[in-house]
Amino acid sequence: MRKFDTKVQHLKYKVLREVARLAWKDELMENILDIPQTIIPGKVPSMRCCVFKERALIGERVKLAMGGDKKNPNVIEVISDACDECPVGGYLVTDMCRGCLAHRCEDVCKRGAITFDEHQKAHIDKSKCVECGQCAKVCPYSAIMDFKRPCERACKIKAIKMGPDKTAEIDNEKCISCGACVYQCPFGAISDKSFILDVINFIKESKENSAYKVYAVVAPSISSQFTYAKLGQVITGIKELGFHTVVEAALGADIVSYNEAKELVEKGFLTSSCCPAFVSYIQKFFPDMAKNISHNLSPAAAISKYIKETDPTSKVVFIGPCTAKKMEFQKEEVRPYIDSVITFEELQALFDSKDLDITSMKEDVLDNASYYGRIFARSCGLTDAVREALKEQDVQNFELKPVPCDGIEQCRMALLKASKNMLDGNFVEGMACVGGCIGGAGCLTHGEKNKAEVDKYGREAMEKTITDALKTIHMIKDEKH
Amino acid sequence: MKITVCIGSSCHLKGSKAVVGELQQLIAENNLKDKIELAGTFCMGRCQEGVCVTVDDKFYSVSPETTKEFFLNDVMPKVK
Repeated sequence: MRKFDTKVQHLKYKVLREVARLAWKDELMENILDIPQTIIPGKVPSMRCCVFKERALIGERVKLAMGGDKKNPNVIEVISDACDECPVGGYLVTDMCRGCLAHRCEDVCKRGAITFDEHQKAHIDKSKCVECGQCAKVCPYSAIMDFKRPCERACKIKAIKMGPDKTAEIDNEKCISCGACVYQCPFGAISDKSFILDVINFIKESKENSAYKVYAVVAPSISSQFTYAKLGQVITGIKELGFHTVVEAALGADIVSYNEAKELVEKGFLTSSCCPAFVSYIQKFFPDMAKNISHNLSPAAAISKYIKETDPTSKVVFIGPCTAKKMEFQKEEVRPYIDSVITFEELQALFDSKDLDITSMKEDVLDNASYYGRIFARSCGLTDAVREALKEQDVQNFELKPVPCDGIEQCRMALLKASKNMLDGNFVEGMACVGGCIGGAGCLTHGEKNKAEVDKYGREAMEKTITDALKTIHMIKDEKH
Repeated sequence: MKITVCIGSSCHLKGSKAVVGELQQLIAENNLKDKIELAGTFCMGRCQEGVCVTVDDKFYSVSPETTKEFFLNDVMPKVK
């Protein structure tokens, strides 16, 4: 039973679990200072120089688990004291350099940054080097390495820089809150803020869903998570936490693909609006392209909007793989529908904060959406769904030319081309995470089989077409108008 | 009058779509569109008894097979 990919995630989880455990009992405030000691007992350090630093950093993580720095609008935050101040050498020649005769590195370097010492070993003149990496590519011994910081390497939009004190700093003007750095920092020095306390409060104040009902909207990528249990047991677990019921965000995806197909035909060119980090990327880096962003809400927001229509006093919590969703739900156009967002990591912490062993629970059902809504969780799913929606709506004289992009680098290429009218395509499916949502930073685990798991979950849906999945909603809406 | 049909997972699997479809048809056939509001909701907390339906606040357990009977016996007499 492997719950997490890394020990950093595990540490974060332990903090979230302790904070939640105390919060359920209304004992957080009086016991808050004891959490570091609970998590780091004894006198022998296991992570840092001493237990005192370890505990101090747990204290910082407790702050993040409680919502983090309220003055910082970004949901991604650096724990400065946890940052190891990794060296920022960039491309360096290692001992593997054999001082060969060919000197390919020298020939390929357009800046003349490569010099040789008396042993014919290469050196890089950092005053000339622009970190293009060509020398590393051509070296037959792979002797030139890129010693970039993991956070900076993870951040494809270059929003992370070394601050004056050598710790990582996030440029909020650029950051799209995708969470790539959160997942990649080996010291756990960058983390997403948590809203678990808000969620616990919603549940507690609902008085067992009598004052109002608390709905969980789960992302379809849940099918690749909690693999140690059955999906039906996860659903039971979510209800045991105190949620009134669980609804598939994938049904929102059905709504989105149905409407997006229409909008695409109408406008002729569209970039998708499902991924909040991709939308934010366009707004920040390609503002001229913002007019092409689909006007559809994201699937999570679309289904939450529908839930609020059926139950206006409800509270809706989105549970997914995504840190950028924590920004999205605070946007003016989404705030009325989604009340809070937590990740799968945080859901695991909530389960364990109540000592819920989901593996021993009976299986509940989760079935609202179609195959197409469910496969949104992986790259190309949205494209497949829009193609299907065009077919189901019997659209003639329109050829879908999709450009599915996963990972910011692919998104960037497509947007660059599109901004110059050189893109051979009329629909850009943009997902900031590699592989789509299953690659999200808030996932417990990331694995090779995740895409297959999503497809399997898709095939298990009772409804096989988008139209069928939406039929009930459409019939009810028809009656109203 | 408001008829609310549960469209949550459990009731969806038990045929809430067919129930809504049948009710919609019956409402139209009887020219009751102005008098009956058809609504959906996600879960009424009585999944075992699905498909869960309420008429105003009264609870009924309905299935696609019993929808017509339910409409004739429990809805029609109450419509004014």
